[in-house]
Amino acid sequence: MFKYFPHTPDDVQKMLDVIGVSNLDDLYAEVPEELKLHRELDIPSAKSEMEVRRIIEGLAAENKRLVCFAGAGCYDHYTPSLVPFIAARSEFSTSYTPYQAEISQGTLQYIFEYQTMMADLTGMDISNASMYDGSTATAEAMLMCVASAKKRNKVVISATFQPNVIRVVSTYAKFHGVELVVVPATAQGTTDLDAVRRMVEADDVAGVIVAQPNRYGIVEDFDGLAAHCHAHKTLLAINTVASALGVLKTPGEWDADIACGDAQSLGIPMGYGGPYIGYLCTKEALIRKMPGRLVGATTDVEGRRAFVLTMQAREQHIRREKATSNICTAQGFMCLYVAAYLSIMGEEGLREVNEQSHAAARYLHESLLATGKFSEVFPGQPFLNEFTLRYDGCTCELRKRLAEAGFLAGVCTEGMEGCLTFAATETRTRQEIDKLVSLI
Amino acid sequence: MNNVYYGKLIFELSKPGRRGYSLPKNEFDGYSLEQLPVARRENKTLLPEVDELTVARHYTNMSNNNFGVDTGFYPLGSCTMKYNPKVNEELAALQGFNIHPSTPDCAAQGALKLYDEVQRTLAEISGLSRFTLNPYAGAHGELTGLMVIGTYHRQRGDVNRTKIIVPDSAHGTNPASAAVAGFQIVQVKSTAQGTVDVEDLKPLLGPDIAGMMMTNPNTLGLFETQIPEIARLVHECGGLMYYDGANLNPMLGVCRPGDMGFDVMHINLHKTFSTPHGGGGPGSGPVGVRAGLEHCLPNPQVVYNEEKGRYEQHFDEESLGSVSGFLGNFGVIIRAYAYLLTLGRENVPMAGRLSVLNANYIKERLRSHYKLPIDVVCKHEFVFDGLREEYGGDHHDAEHVTTLDVAKRLLDYGYHAPTIYFPLLFHEALMIEPTETESKDTLDAFIDVMIRIAEEAKSDPKMVKSAPHNTPIRRLDDVKAVKEPKFTFKAL
Repeated sequence: MFKYFPHTPDDVQKMLDVIGVSNLDDLYAEVPEELKLHRELDIPSAKSEMEVRRIIEGLAAENKRLVCFAGAGCYDHYTPSLVPFIAARSEFSTSYTPYQAEISQGTLQYIFEYQTMMADLTGMDISNASMYDGSTATAEAMLMCVASAKKRNKVVISATFQPNVIRVVSTYAKFHGVELVVVPATAQGTTDLDAVRRMVEADDVAGVIVAQPNRYGIVEDFDGLAAHCHAHKTLLAINTVASALGVLKTPGEWDADIACGDAQSLGIPMGYGGPYIGYLCTKEALIRKMPGRLVGATTDVEGRRAFVLTMQAREQHIRREKATSNICTAQGFMCLYVAAYLSIMGEEGLREVNEQSHAAARYLHESLLATGKFSEVFPGQPFLNEFTLRYDGCTCELRKRLAEAGFLAGVCTEGMEGCLTFAATETRTRQEIDKLVSLI
Repeated sequence: MNNVYYGKLIFELSKPGRRGYSLPKNEFDGYSLEQLPVARRENKTLLPEVDELTVARHYTNMSNNNFGVDTGFYPLGSCTMKYNPKVNEELAALQGFNIHPSTPDCAAQGALKLYDEVQRTLAEISGLSRFTLNPYAGAHGELTGLMVIGTYHRQRGDVNRTKIIVPDSAHGTNPASAAVAGFQIVQVKSTAQGTVDVEDLKPLLGPDIAGMMMTNPNTLGLFETQIPEIARLVHECGGLMYYDGANLNPMLGVCRPGDMGFDVMHINLHKTFSTPHGGGGPGSGPVGVRAGLEHCLPNPQVVYNEEKGRYEQHFDEESLGSVSGFLGNFGVIIRAYAYLLTLGRENVPMAGRLSVLNANYIKERLRSHYKLPIDVVCKHEFVFDGLREEYGGDHHDAEHVTTLDVAKRLLDYGYHAPTIYFPLLFHEALMIEPTETESKDTLDAFIDVMIRIAEEAKSDPKMVKSAPHNTPIRRLDDVKAVKEPKFTFKAL
């Protein structure tokens, strides 16, 4: 028959006999004839494995792999070989949501490890078992703020967020009926904390959401923000690039209530935008407002410690329209990537990744300024591994020219004509940076 | 699968001074993080210190306590646990696709073309006009589709359509997605035959109805034969029809949602188009719309620019907005493309037919031992209402052998359990979906075990009620997990 269908003609006949119909089409007897297709689908014909490989390898070859100096939500960090090797275990990849805990301890355990690591990195009490990506995790953080507040429907978000995140959060807000206020950035490229404070003082703000490092790469100072929010019964959510949590002050240390963001930077390949993994962490007090799956520890009838999906009364399959979220399938498998990556790197490795990324970015920053064709947009602002500069010329032309030479020269800073936001990671060499700079 | 419980956590293998990574020497001297004036982390992390082999062994041992489709039969209803072809994994991992999402379109033509090809293929399979592949999962697709519906009404100035009709048999995600999208939910009842009660539907329709969500076949595995009438009624009142594609598999090449009268739908690539479920994602939930609604789809959209002869990412002002950071779970989309190319027009329709054959075969062979509440030809799945009384005892008796017990006993025999206690229409629901990639031999062996369990339920109910006995761990204390919540290693 066909390689994925094990039925022999004899099998099919015997099965039809048991069912009591004469052919496969009879299994659709109740479907009104006028709804049936009555023709072949107009899609390509079946291909052998070699042909499929040729076609898709051909498409892969049509993409140009550029030396990456872009960030803006996706970072070209190194993934140790062991990570994809472990992830290739099909006992993990071909399973589904671990409803049957007795035969799903592998999945449940790596999610529990992931939850532990993310709660630890963010400085929060608990993490859920993943959201889709950083943008939807931020949208869910917004919904959590509104669900936690009594009779408040306003959420304030800083314009220093990546624009693609703001677009997603705004979309969720528009449909869910949340009044989302985007607070313009200061001239120094940071969150306008004074403006945020004034809004919070109106006592009608459910939550404030800020980003770290922000869209320009600037490491922000949120000193006093949480206290001010809490004085007005407003929740604070901080979105941090996950890898940076290894060295930057954590949402927990800022006394935030919710930590959210994308954990692509923890060992997940760039893969043209996905699959990545959104993380969402919070304090114990907010656990019942948390969306998504949660894995907890318990014991079996013989008293052995084991793991299980728990607190499911928050979820859609139990609560239906009253659930904390509609999320069901999330990015479970990517928890394994993160857990394996962080196991290998440890605290020291993660710090070193950040140090090297920071050093490469500083060197790139200086080298670009030294060409005389770039100028600072936000002079003196601290950055980790990403920064924004103004280019003395057409950024589109520059990016195009450098793409042809094999380099991804940052991303165009949306809404800021003539500006580019560059990023560097530990995978960038001095030679690559020198070459990029020489081409400018 | 190995029945010896491993159970250790990576944190318990940590020893100060060990490390699992190596990095090149820092080439850039003189740039220290210490120079960052503010906002540095003070607290130490609890990340483990382990060598590489320890990590390799740890996760390998954990995988041995996990059951996947590659391990054995996984008849989990509504989840379409079909075989996940391996060439798809290799192709998704090609380095040519491992590019930054902000790569200029001119340097990402292969990826954009692949996106468009999948989009077109899904449109033909569904009988709709255009798809977005941006949504990350089925429920995310539902949310996106409902936003399409909301956008359509708003753009027409029809702002009072605040309600979505959802059948009582619907997946939990349907009402939950409608709620997140800002709609109120109106429930429509099922008839005793398990399909939508058209008479119950009629009085619900009016100028406040934005649309209706249905899955067809429904969650009982039954084709909703009244669908033309239902679609007509909903359209007549000004609403749109949403198709929950979770159950699309049996309809492949036979009858398309667009031809049934649906306007918007999502497809679960991880169900119908064979991408791995990954222990709960990543999935992919492409959303399709009929002609006239294309502009509502989320940004960015992938379009072919005829003039320039190339593919581009495009932001449409009329769009509902954005639902994803970039272009969705692209790696999952590559796998689905490989699957679609492999099956082709010759085999896509066979997938559906064989999935229906398999489901009906199990149903007919097991109805002697399990209670079949609705006796008709099913599609890809069907629902038993637990064991028949002569095997499991009276459902009202606290001591009877329940669906949970049967599910747990199945684990002992090396099978994943079916979906249990869903749909909510029956107390002891046991929902079986075999998929087309399982052979008659596999089904026969499963059927034998199901019959054996029924007999055990009669002869030794205590043993069945305390199952599983041969799994790495035994039944867990779910109540303790809630009452003494522990979500991190630190809390243990």
